[in-house]
Amino acid sequence: MAENEERSTMSRRRFLKNSSYVAGGAIGGGFLGTFLGRDLLRGTQQNSNGENSVNDFNRALMHFTRQSDFELLSAAVERIFPADDNGPGAIELGVPFFIDHQLAGSYGHNDREYMQGPFYPGSDFQGYQTRLKRHEVFDVGIKGIEEESRKEFDSSFTGLEGDQQDQILQKFQDNDVALKGVTSSTFFELLRSATLEGAYSDPLYGGNGNMKGWLMKEFPGSYMSYIEEIEEEEFINKEPQPLRAHIVSE
Amino acid sequence: MAKTLDKVEVLTVGVGWTGGIIAAELAKQGVQVVGLERGKPRSTEDFQHVHDEYRYAIRYELMQDLSRETITFRNHRDERALPMRQLGSFLLGEGLGGAGVHWNGQTWRFLPYDLQIKSKTDEKYGPDKLGADYTLQDWGITYDELEPYFYKFEEMAGISGEDNPNGAPRSKPYPTPPMKETPITQRFKDAANNLDLHPFHIPSGNLSESYENPDGQTVYQCQYCGFCERFGCEYGAKSSPNVTVIPTAQDTGNFELRMHANVTELVYDGGKVTGVKYVDLQTGDEFIQPADVVVLTSYVMNNVRLLLNSGIGRPYDPETGSGVIGKNYCYQILPGANGFFEEEKFNTYMGAGSLGAAIDDYNGDNFDHSDVNFIHGGVATITQTGQRPINNNTVPNGTPNWGQEFKSQSIKYYHRVLSVGAQGASIPHRDNYLSLDPDYKDIFGQPLLRMTYDYTEQDRNLHDYLSEKCAEIVKEMGADTVEPREISDHYSIVPYQTTHNTGGVIMGGDPETSAVNNYLQMWDVDNLFVVGSSAFAHNGGYNPTGTVGALAYRAAEGIMKFREENGQLVTARHSSKKV
Repeated sequence: MAENEERSTMSRRRFLKNSSYVAGGAIGGGFLGTFLGRDLLRGTQQNSNGENSVNDFNRALMHFTRQSDFELLSAAVERIFPADDNGPGAIELGVPFFIDHQLAGSYGHNDREYMQGPFYPGSDFQGYQTRLKRHEVFDVGIKGIEEESRKEFDSSFTGLEGDQQDQILQKFQDNDVALKGVTSSTFFELLRSATLEGAYSDPLYGGNGNMKGWLMKEFPGSYMSYIEEIEEEEFINKEPQPLRAHIVSE
Repeated sequence: MAKTLDKVEVLTVGVGWTGGIIAAELAKQGVQVVGLERGKPRSTEDFQHVHDEYRYAIRYELMQDLSRETITFRNHRDERALPMRQLGSFLLGEGLGGAGVHWNGQTWRFLPYDLQIKSKTDEKYGPDKLGADYTLQDWGITYDELEPYFYKFEEMAGISGEDNPNGAPRSKPYPTPPMKETPITQRFKDAANNLDLHPFHIPSGNLSESYENPDGQTVYQCQYCGFCERFGCEYGAKSSPNVTVIPTAQDTGNFELRMHANVTELVYDGGKVTGVKYVDLQTGDEFIQPADVVVLTSYVMNNVRLLLNSGIGRPYDPETGSGVIGKNYCYQILPGANGFFEEEKFNTYMGAGSLGAAIDDYNGDNFDHSDVNFIHGGVATITQTGQRPINNNTVPNGTPNWGQEFKSQSIKYYHRVLSVGAQGASIPHRDNYLSLDPDYKDIFGQPLLRMTYDYTEQDRNLHDYLSEKCAEIVKEMGADTVEPREISDHYSIVPYQTTHNTGGVIMGGDPETSAVNNYLQMWDVDNLFVVGSSAFAHNGGYNPTGTVGALAYRAAEGIMKFREENGQLVTARHSSKKV
């Protein structure tokens, strides 16, 4: 078991090496403002409208085939998690790309879930019962949002005012829109939860851009230990650490 | 055509806490044990990149692949059960170590009252306290008989704890001292003391200091990193089968671990079990593995399902109340209260799975139930397990769950909410049970297990009472707003509640009403032991693992006795017909 001990120690040492903040302990709340302007990992600057100026080849589409669908998705998630005084909204955080990429993988294809029939609607207490996989639910749902917008306001969803977009989304949450193969509330709940997942997951997944989701929430991400701080009375605001910090490149 | 292998002495189906304990105890005494584990191997090395809420806590990296097998669920017998297509209400473990890898480590001993719940309740409150639909039973063993086995588990796992004035009596102190006191645990304790309650630190499987157990295995000191439940420990500081009993079994040279080995059926000749049939998931090859003794250690769901699919034991019939396999499925009732603090922020992102404080004043029969319309209760705790941002967005009642207001409030209160919650006991009811589903099948074409379960009046009354008590504590802690939890109209399979599923192969003194004796040996099949919380005759007011561990040590002793004596190890209290 000595081997294990060494491994843990090594890991901690590597981690400390990658972090210039662990030893510092408490950091005042004031660093948030000065921190937002730079990119932690690449050391590059943001441009004036807050988007990444780096060549991020990852920001392309894996699931959606039409950019208009992706733009509708972007508008919808921005209403669910809007930019405000707290900080960036879903678009700046990269949530639409996060969702697009997740839909192309095991999440979107329900790979580790029971998808054998027969399918019945079920009660509210029996959970997900559609034969559609998540990527299909999103396709049906996004098409449904567009149709509902045209029906209700005679406009594309992306052309609506914010409160009109909210009215459409609310109808989906309230299960007031008929979709083929899935209930609108099932789709909305997937959209809602995927938005939060994109805002707050480790930046390795393409959301939580520059860890600004974590900065807003004062969540420090991945630290190996709080044993020296757990007894402190005061709230400790730490600069966030991504999982990237655990990859050792030497 | 399945290939028949050479016979082994003892075989476990699944290698988590229970399979690991059986393997270690028997292998240390020279018995040849084979462990069949359908998942993949994993150890501390696999958890160096584990601080990933999305992968582990949201997408359930360590949990069962439901595309192969799930359960079906309905609230009532007149409803069509439908598959649990996604994980939600509870998180079934998968892989070496089972749920013992992703547990939080809270390690309790069920109360003396629990083990004799029927006789003690009747004695104090009369025989009609709950009514005949509640199938309350004694466990066929007393606390005094089980006490040494509790300690064996705690000593092996290195549990960190302190005296609990309202808990089950202990013959020896915990092997390691309690975890650290934090502003959050201190706040709870001060409030509890002000209310004349009796607070103490939660007994923890995340260790307060490095510890070498009697088998020479070391569990390291917890670092309070805040990634515990749903995660494996990157330090080996959370006691798990993988850092304790499994290496102990392997060190003896008497234990053979076969991975990716999915048992589909027990081979049963009508008198005894001669072995098991399994599939190697990597090659697709089928094997018959004969064994002198077969031990089911595959969690509640599979223990029950394998028995039913193999035609072993009498299936429970809720109509007549006869039969035992699938009977007394219980869960856990989760009362509590949230407190919102306007002026203070707490370091809730730090923590450990078992870091917290508790009171047992409202558990078991520690308070008088003469004037309330329920029995039992639960331990009430505050925990500091490490709140991560996707899963923790508690907002005051009436706040929408999306949009600008939600965003603002969820960010504001992220470090300003403290909750007190109870592990409410779950009392069996004749309509809550496990059986085979008539329609849905697993990847091998075997029927899925069907769960029929809903909350009872007892559950609702217990929930209301304990939520109110939790709210009193939260208020005393100084919260500006206190919101007691409410129980939903029906039990739902969707939101996460707890992975404390119990029952279905329950222990007892009478073969007519129980499936296994107090060594967890099947009444109907002498060489078959069924180990786990499947043996609980009801679920107590605590996390179950401490009691599961004690029963596993008891079963290991029973298996050793059986190898000497054969036959039934316990004399049935009433004579009964066999199937």
